[in-house]
Amino acid sequence: MALYSEKVMDHFRNPRNVGVIEDANGVGEVGNAKCGDIMKMYLKIEDDIIKDVKFETFGCGSAIASSSMATELIKGQPVSEAMKLTNKAVAEALDGLPDYKMHCSVLAEEAIRSALDDYRKRKGEG
Amino acid sequence: MQIYADNAATTRMSRTAIDAMIPYMEENYGNPSSLYTIGQRAKEALEQARADVAAVINADPREILFTSGGSEADNQALITAATLGKKQGKTHIISTAFEHHAILHTLEKLEKEGFDVTLLPVHENGIVDVQELEAALREDTCLVTIMTANNEIGTIQPIREIGAVCRAHGVLFHTDAVQAVGHLPIDVKADNIDMLSASAHKFHGPKGVGFLYARKGIRLTNLIEGGAQERGKRAGTENVPGIMAMAAALKEAAANMEKNAAHLTALRDRLIAGLSDIPHSALNGDAQRRLPGNVNFCFEGIEGESLLLLLDDKGISASSGSACTSGSLDPSHVLLAIGRVHDVAHGSLRLSLGEDATEEEVDYMIRSVGEVVGYLRSFSPVWRDLVAGKTPFIL
Repeated sequence: MALYSEKVMDHFRNPRNVGVIEDANGVGEVGNAKCGDIMKMYLKIEDDIIKDVKFETFGCGSAIASSSMATELIKGQPVSEAMKLTNKAVAEALDGLPDYKMHCSVLAEEAIRSALDDYRKRKGEG
Repeated sequence: MQIYADNAATTRMSRTAIDAMIPYMEENYGNPSSLYTIGQRAKEALEQARADVAAVINADPREILFTSGGSEADNQALITAATLGKKQGKTHIISTAFEHHAILHTLEKLEKEGFDVTLLPVHENGIVDVQELEAALREDTCLVTIMTANNEIGTIQPIREIGAVCRAHGVLFHTDAVQAVGHLPIDVKADNIDMLSASAHKFHGPKGVGFLYARKGIRLTNLIEGGAQERGKRAGTENVPGIMAMAAALKEAAANMEKNAAHLTALRDRLIAGLSDIPHSALNGDAQRRLPGNVNFCFEGIEGESLLLLLDDKGISASSGSACTSGSLDPSHVLLAIGRVHDVAHGSLRLSLGEDATEEEVDYMIRSVGEVVGYLRSFSPVWRDLVAGKTPFIL
């Protein structure tokens, strides 16, 4: 069996929503380079709906795929729904991750959460 | 283009090696311990293989013990030296911080049994300082174990000088020569080597077979008890086909060593020059005193596993010292030992060339690595911060 599922490889090879949103109103960064994973999420939220989302990731194949999948799962969703995103949902949508790579999906969840917290703080809800 | 550039991990078996093993599976498959003809033919072949292997490193055939590979040979050498040392009340061992885990983990086990281990620094160039070794020797030192060439960064250690210092102080010297045998000239007598480990699959032989050289007079400690094979020092029916293939592969490697080294060194230096043009990259280990086919780089702002996966898509098989490729949290202990910080060590790439490599392949690798590194940097938040000046470049 290959290391990663076809879906992980697809999102790794052709990551969705890669890049930066210059006028983002929610930005979150988690992880550190010492551990080999950093994810940065940019959100553009209008009327509490996630209109656009982009990411930048320094990390392994599953970190890049998890970031990509997480952005797909929350794009177009209301903030309240995006807040419910779990690492499990990210991993399941990727048809599973090897056990020792599950932390990549946790990082994706945390990156989204961090960007949403930033958005709420900016709105004065934080 | 398909390029296998992970020859430090394992090599493709040579046709000569494959041809050498087949008769001992199909015809002379007898047990070398049996007295009938096909058993005795296997026994004769086994002893010829022993003589052939011994000749390549200038040893006596009786000094060669066949094992299941490099790790077993390393374990037996260290356990032997520890056993001999303990009898004399000597429980200090000197090694280096960047040995193979077959050495380091055995040393950890010995530490738990009361041995005191000194790991010498290997400096930025990945080479042990012989004066530092001499200064570390103590009255109770029973063993010095230092690899001939490092498996990740390929740096070649001053084995002959180390051997001379050990001999002068009456301390046993073992070298893990798994990466060197078949690639670099080794003369156990001139190099003052007491014990040496080697593995067949690193020089186009089969996996699961290797040997331990132990100088005459060193009483080996068994790891495996049982029958009287290998002069009673390693029980178990001999892997005759594997041993025959190993001996054939080693003879072939030794006969072509100079030619192969010259060819590989030229390609290696071309690859190093090409990869050095990638901004914020650095070669790991000494540029000259390294194995002919070894190239190891760090690229700032990217992570090694994603680099390997994308190179695989381009047909290139390589390896990395990134934590993500090992399943552990820390990157390669070798890269940390030469002073690379974690952030940079995660972005490492090892390309180890095979003798059939060509300039065209090297140029393709240079282009491919440049493209992939550039692509991964294009969406790396670490790279963005470096370029923006938010964090300082390390490389």
